Amino acid sequence: MPANSFNGQTDYGIGIGLRVPHYQHILAKKPVVDWFEIISENFMVDGGRPLEVLDQILEQYRVVQHGVSMYFGSADRPDRAHLQKLKRLVRRTKTPWLSDHLCWGSVDGTFTHDLLPMPYTLAAAKRTAEKIRYVRDFLEVPICVENVSSYAEFHVSEMTEWEFLSEVVERADCGVLLDVNNIYVSAQNHGFDPYAYVNGIPSHRVGQMHVAGHTKFEKYILDTHDHPVLDPVWKLYAHATQRCGVTATLLEWDDKIPSFDEVHDEALKANQFIGDARAAQPAKKSVSRK
Amino acid sequence: MTHALVQPLTAANGLAAHSADGRPMADVAASFIKANDRLTAFERLEIYARSYWFRLIDCVYDDCPGLRGLLGERRFDALVRAYLARHPSRSFTLRNLCDRLPEFIRATPRLTAPRTALAHAVARFEWAQTVAFDGEARPVLTPGDLAGTPPTRLRVGLQPYLSLLELNWPVDDYVIAVKQRDALRSAASNAVDHGPRAVVRKRVAVPRRRRVQVAVHRLNNRLYYKRLDRPAFLMLAALRSGRTLVQAVAAAGPRVRPEDVRTWCATWMELGWLCRRE
Repeated sequence: MPANSFNGQTDYGIGIGLRVPHYQHILAKKPVVDWFEIISENFMVDGGRPLEVLDQILEQYRVVQHGVSMYFGSADRPDRAHLQKLKRLVRRTKTPWLSDHLCWGSVDGTFTHDLLPMPYTLAAAKRTAEKIRYVRDFLEVPICVENVSSYAEFHVSEMTEWEFLSEVVERADCGVLLDVNNIYVSAQNHGFDPYAYVNGIPSHRVGQMHVAGHTKFEKYILDTHDHPVLDPVWKLYAHATQRCGVTATLLEWDDKIPSFDEVHDEALKANQFIGDARAAQPAKKSVSRK
Repeated sequence: MTHALVQPLTAANGLAAHSADGRPMADVAASFIKANDRLTAFERLEIYARSYWFRLIDCVYDDCPGLRGLLGERRFDALVRAYLARHPSRSFTLRNLCDRLPEFIRATPRLTAPRTALAHAVARFEWAQTVAFDGEARPVLTPGDLAGTPPTRLRVGLQPYLSLLELNWPVDDYVIAVKQRDALRSAASNAVDHGPRAVVRKRVAVPRRRRVQVAVHRLNNRLYYKRLDRPAFLMLAALRSGRTLVQAVAAAGPRVRPEDVRTWCATWMELGWLCRRE
């Protein structure tokens, strides 16, 4: 779905995350990049260098906001002061859509700064969907929720993760930021089929995708964002683009960050899979006409 | 789950064997987390606990290089863990993680003795840098804002991003020296840090006691430290506390000359420190 209501009817290509080590290069060299994803919280400040850099970036590039602290799955009610701050940033960036994670991470005002997995229950899905609707209505911008990588599963879960994600986004009528690396990491950690996950979600709601690198340990895989994307993840990405359509795609590289060019080159590898997906789509149509 | 996460790790950076209420942590974990064919519920919970602590510890490491240099790796690490156990994050952003660190150091002197007062000064200074980096900037005061209000009634504000510190050590010089040392080390090595950082560092000499007044501020969005004469510091502190211009000049002391005040005010306006009071 290149353009849909969940990504503001945009047709963005391949983006990368805006990260501090690259500021100087980007501002001085002005490289050609389809779009940048910013971490909203890094710019929800009252002044200073972060906003100066952001304004310079906005003069040259398209920016999409990605959050890490909304915690749609936390039981706490949304904090209006926080939302007001976020809305000021939304107006500044004119982000066509805003994403955050399908997770929890705060309890009674204490923040873990982690993206903790949710119990996959109907009650949790209903409550989470309600919160997403509230946030979207307050911010007046389409929302895409991202599946997180996880290392634990809960006894109380009543459904698979992809069933839970589907339940939430259908109830909230919001989009999906499909993190293909997260699906792969969780599939390895929990022993499910990552292709069943991709096939099981409402593909028409996918407004964006993430790819990233991870690290293998003896007994589990950790979502570290400190490596190039591994082949099985690209393979899953290729499948996801064929199923969901060519969608705005972003490479996450957040630790041991190499040069801008290295990160950008890694992101642009997605092009070969996008090309395959585009080529496959007309063929599919002609098959269906027969 | 949150209780288990915020409980301090063991010396080997593992999840504690018992929860705060005394129950075996393995039982606590198994009560809500499934085991799989490779990991027990305890081990799965431990992944999250380690991730939580390493992330927060790393954040304090980044924000407090001076304090770390002063205390050394082992004592700094113990201080950070005790601080985070007492004051878990209450903000959506890690930017505010160290806002209660100076207060914690003063309240828990055994962790920094015999250098508690100096550690407190360094922590205040490093928090002031965070404030100066991205704190709010209000519209600067213009000569037109001053017109028409007699000095006996005129109150001016100071930029929220500006911190005024009176310190018993030249902490500004010390922190600069630590940062320079760290920059040299970083440029000379490709070493990659793993987990909570443990790097052998050459010590920077501990500063000798000497009272200084420092403004931590920003100009053109770059961080600066500016030493102040004590009378100038007192005048600024009086302005910040809401005194009128005349009262603030009086607070600077009897030896202050009108030309001193004019020079100071001109400099402060040029630096953009003065703003309207809300």
